[in-house]
Amino acid sequence: MFESLTEKLENAIGKIKGYGKITEENISDAMREVRLALLEADVNYKVVKEFTSKVKEKALGEEVKKSLKPGDLFLKILKDELLDLLGSDKSELNLSGNPAVIMLVGLQGSGKTTTIGKLGNILRKKKSKKPLFIAGDVYRPAAIDQLKQLGKELNIEVYDEGKGNPVLIAQNGVNYAKENGYDLVLIDTAGRLHVDEELMNELKNINDAVKPNEIILVIDAMIGQDAINVINGFNDALPLTGTILTKMDGDTKGGVALSAKHLTGVPIKYIGTSEKLDGLTAFDPERMVSRILGNGDIMSIIEKAEEVIDEKEAMGTVKKIQAGKMDLEDFLSQLKQIKKLGPLENLIKLLPGARKMGLNNISIDPKQFARLEAIISSMTIKERKHPEIIKASRKQRIANGSGTSVQEVNKLLTQFEQMQKMMKMMKNGNFKMPF
Amino acid sequence: MIRVMGLFSKIKDVFKKEDKSVETYEKGLSKTRKSFVNKLANLSKEYDEINDNYFEELEELLINADIGVNTVMDFMDKLQKRVSKEKITSPSMLTEIIVDELFIIYVNDEILSNKINYNPNGPTVILFVGVNGVGKTTTIAKLASKFKKEGKKVLLVAADTFRAGAVEQLITWGEKIGCKVVSDTNTTDPASVVYQGLEKANKDKYDMVLIDTAGRLQNKVNLMKELEKINNVGDKIIPGAPHETFLVIDATTGQNGISQAKAFKEITNLTGIVLTKLDGTAKGGIVLAIKDEVGIPVRYIGLGEKEEDLQTFDIEKYIYGLFKDMM
Repeated sequence: MFESLTEKLENAIGKIKGYGKITEENISDAMREVRLALLEADVNYKVVKEFTSKVKEKALGEEVKKSLKPGDLFLKILKDELLDLLGSDKSELNLSGNPAVIMLVGLQGSGKTTTIGKLGNILRKKKSKKPLFIAGDVYRPAAIDQLKQLGKELNIEVYDEGKGNPVLIAQNGVNYAKENGYDLVLIDTAGRLHVDEELMNELKNINDAVKPNEIILVIDAMIGQDAINVINGFNDALPLTGTILTKMDGDTKGGVALSAKHLTGVPIKYIGTSEKLDGLTAFDPERMVSRILGNGDIMSIIEKAEEVIDEKEAMGTVKKIQAGKMDLEDFLSQLKQIKKLGPLENLIKLLPGARKMGLNNISIDPKQFARLEAIISSMTIKERKHPEIIKASRKQRIANGSGTSVQEVNKLLTQFEQMQKMMKMMKNGNFKMPF
Repeated sequence: MIRVMGLFSKIKDVFKKEDKSVETYEKGLSKTRKSFVNKLANLSKEYDEINDNYFEELEELLINADIGVNTVMDFMDKLQKRVSKEKITSPSMLTEIIVDELFIIYVNDEILSNKINYNPNGPTVILFVGVNGVGKTTTIAKLASKFKKEGKKVLLVAADTFRAGAVEQLITWGEKIGCKVVSDTNTTDPASVVYQGLEKANKDKYDMVLIDTAGRLQNKVNLMKELEKINNVGDKIIPGAPHETFLVIDATTGQNGISQAKAFKEITNLTGIVLTKLDGTAKGGIVLAIKDEVGIPVRYIGLGEKEEDLQTFDIEKYIYGLFKDMM
């Protein structure tokens, strides 16, 4: 997300950098680039107009400080104004009440059901909630099956009445939650067009019946200029408390993120960042702006690592590395830790300057990790601790056991040997980084 | 101007005949049309003469319809040139030229046919691809029903082995419209389900095979590799398969539609676009940019939830649907 927006904005900043000061002429040139970049990112055209004229005005106006170079000044103005668009506050979900009720609404195919699964998973983990899903999409074939499968995978109960009345289902579901000690209810609703009066009335009736804490509009981040009509349509019918932008892990520039809050006042709460059931991230305007401007988002990497990596185990490995004693057992545990971080491509993109280093389009095949894991898992504990004992017949057995070839086992062993040599050099202090 | 008038009377002629599909077009596009056309009509009323402000507002109008930014910029250049060359001064005259130029962008001197490329020697295989949530499964069901009504024997293949509930969704549809569905819950390899489906189609002499695939974002390398495998398995069992590959795009899609078309075209032999959910307020203008930049034409559009709401795409009707109130 945002990569090409970043590139274009960097171009615009580059146009200003070469000059001694910002003038009407050079700023116009840069603003043209900014305008195109934002329009290509599907930022609402009214917002683009407002944004560009504000940036221009500021750049030419009194705020020009002599201490700042024109390029830096322009960057600072862009940053401030982007933050202004996104609203500088993080917006948390209101989970008060017993049970707290969250209803998800949106167009067909925006990702409501998947998001319900992710929200249940995340709120259970981070807020220690006991969630119940309510299957309120009685229209789309197999929508209930989809939610049930997610529930089964996550071990979260799903309340459903088959194809009944969605208003009653919601009501009964909330009562069921009260009686059975669930403190969080997530209601799935059928996708609908904001101009479909009948179905919008149905949502109003659900709202009246269960009075949710949060009514969240789920929006596909690939949406174009129609976004404003959709948000306004839902917001006119219902008291929306927030939005969740899905599919932000695509190559969409996600301009809706820049227009939604500004035009409608409805804050963004989460963004969908992968197909996995933990692929939902709290929306943070500052980090988003940092990413848009190509400055990376180290905080998100650290948080992700904190979430999934067992610190004790990691420290143990570090000590072993320092002592030059790491064996294949440790290597396996590291592989498992790395896997928990999710797709590595996603992490790499968050590195500052990733795009400039050409790392933004890198692809890593998760199957390669799986093969390494399979090979090590097929070794005995003794073999893992003392890989030097692995000779021809053991190699054949390991290859057979892991469904790989002897060549692959050899490759892993050679690589590991090199790693060990490197670690020994580090320990002896005569290791120099190659750069 | 003669050429313009020619086009207009041609379009009008198309609609003078009592044509039921036109009604569906008009009804489905009425929400779309209201906002877009009213604004364009207002624009001609608001301005007595064509000036920079007029062009700026026009540009915004087109961008607001999600017609790609590059396409709009080129279009504006062309239009401005034509205005100065033909010495056009009144905005009302320009309205017709705008329609004309949009038409030219789409058609681009090609002969566009909406006929399915039928396989004369066996089952005709159509592969459906697209990002998540665009309406692939629903489109397949509607199209299958259409083929069935034409008297064809239709087989559906549930090759979305990834999304929870996807196979059940297609099976439910299959029951509803009376089509056999090939699925295999024992495998997560979609290519293997396609293989089974095509073997069955050959053996049981089906006319049409419609293959549903999992939604995938076009920048996910592994998922695109998987699609490549699905795509390649067809030809081994039925020569020439898939005979058509349709990219399903949601009408609310913005500029990302261009990237989708480019990426899916690289992996498969994309032969058309199905534009879904055009019954909302979205204008689906991105299809003009996709045709302009990637060369893929629209084959069907979805104008509602019902089976008959899936219509063969006709650019003249589409533009007419958008501009009806002005003519």
